Amino acid sequence: MDPRDLHRKVAIVGVAESDLGRVPNKSKFQLSAEASRAALEEAGLTKDDVDGVFTTIITEGGQFSSMLMAEYMGIRPRYTDSTSIGGSSFVAYVEHAAMAIATGLCDVALICHGSTNISDRGGRAGPVSGAASVFGPTQFEEPYGVSTVGSYALAAQRHMHEYGTTSEQLAEIAVATRKWASMNPKAMMRDPITIDDVLSSRMIASPLHLLDCCLVTDAGGAVVLTSMERARDLKKRPVAVLGTGEAHTHRMISQMPDLTETAAKISGRLAFERAGVSHADVDVAEIYDSFTITVLLTLESLGFCKKGEGGAFVSGQRTAPGGDFPMNTQGGALSYTHPGMFGIFTVIEAVRQLRGECGPRQVPGAEVALANGTGGVLSSTGTIILGRE
Amino acid sequence: MAQIPLPRPYQDTEAYWSAAKEHRFVIQKCRDCGEHQFYPRGVCSHCLSSALDWVEASGSGTVYSFSVNYRAPHPGFAGKTPFVLAIVELAEGPRMMTNIVDCDPESVRIGMPVVVTFDDVTEEITLPKFRPA
Ligand SMILES: [Zn+2]
Repeated sequence: MDPRDLHRKVAIVGVAESDLGRVPNKSKFQLSAEASRAALEEAGLTKDDVDGVFTTIITEGGQFSSMLMAEYMGIRPRYTDSTSIGGSSFVAYVEHAAMAIATGLCDVALICHGSTNISDRGGRAGPVSGAASVFGPTQFEEPYGVSTVGSYALAAQRHMHEYGTTSEQLAEIAVATRKWASMNPKAMMRDPITIDDVLSSRMIASPLHLLDCCLVTDAGGAVVLTSMERARDLKKRPVAVLGTGEAHTHRMISQMPDLTETAAKISGRLAFERAGVSHADVDVAEIYDSFTITVLLTLESLGFCKKGEGGAFVSGQRTAPGGDFPMNTQGGALSYTHPGMFGIFTVIEAVRQLRGECGPRQVPGAEVALANGTGGVLSSTGTIILGRE
Repeated sequence: MAQIPLPRPYQDTEAYWSAAKEHRFVIQKCRDCGEHQFYPRGVCSHCLSSALDWVEASGSGTVYSFSVNYRAPHPGFAGKTPFVLAIVELAEGPRMMTNIVDCDPESVRIGMPVVVTFDDVTEEITLPKFRPA
């Protein structure tokens, strides 16, 4: 079997978010389960149809994630996946689920995620861990004060050094993303911002300012997949999985082979090859935006522009509503929601755009969408290309 | 006051941390393929050999990238901001996470030559850090 045989064999038939934002009265397990219920309802399926469960919880109480969440929802799957590669996991699960469905290992796959990141600790872009004594290879980073934002800042600084990328260019991304958020009632931050607002926001880890950083919120999300054959009988117009890819290059930022290129170079190439589409065919892109630099490196690594040209590519509000590269149309992790891992929300919005459900933020006539998740510290990526059926 | 997170030495790393305690900076070199590696491991990440030797590193390198951090990532860093988080490329080739110390944080630049210095954080743990050469 060739990966290209998966083309249009599997469909996404249900997507949903849970309550978003600040949800102190609900556990992360409940958020994950309520998003799952809504995604299944949308598809016209029930939990008893689910025979494949894909999830990871990286925070407290989340060990053995797929067993835990399946038990919580009363599901006994015959296919299970707790792959834990950070925020990209949920995009990579689309590849895993497509393979499992296409080979008959399961019929209905449920990808779910829930997190109470802000209710647990608040703040933005917190520490990698709060451990007092560090066991394992991260003992070569944590004693030096490494953090998520610090790690991404190292990449941003290096990109600026090699290619002359500027803070203004990174700010373009934050400003454009906020414009999309202003059209999404579910987005947490909806007031317009300017490039000056980004540059004058507090420096967190140079060269990244507060407004270069994603939100920290509570949120859950879910995605349901099944075979295209079965999908045609369900409630929603199916969205086809055209091609997928995944890759990782390192765990710790000091071990990243090249600070200016992510694994999207690999996962993106695979996804495009398997989907049989070109960059010009992509009508809308949902690019994991943990930080502005994440987007810039990903656009280059995916090949939407040449290496080093990401700054010029995003200039002039190109990714904003009305620009010629609609991106992060729900408002992204920068302005809509970010519960520590954002991947599932890139998939949800890509599906809604292809169904034409996005109201004022709808990209007219969107036929092909790309979603790219990035996990860890620019460590792992999952890329999927979806199409209208 | 909270302590910064400190390494708990284990099989792969005991020799490294005990050398650091004596203010010696050692890295691993593979007897089979001749490559150096950092961080310490039980096998060579280039060829998977277990035949690794500890060698004294020159202690010099250059700043590959850096970030001036204004927010404490952990309660142990309260009062220690701003600090310079940096990846240093060692003269022997491998890169490592460290801090650049003994200088104005704003003066650090990519490509800047640096040398190792030792921060005795506790009686047990010494962290190799770097300062301008
Ligand atoms: Zn070797």
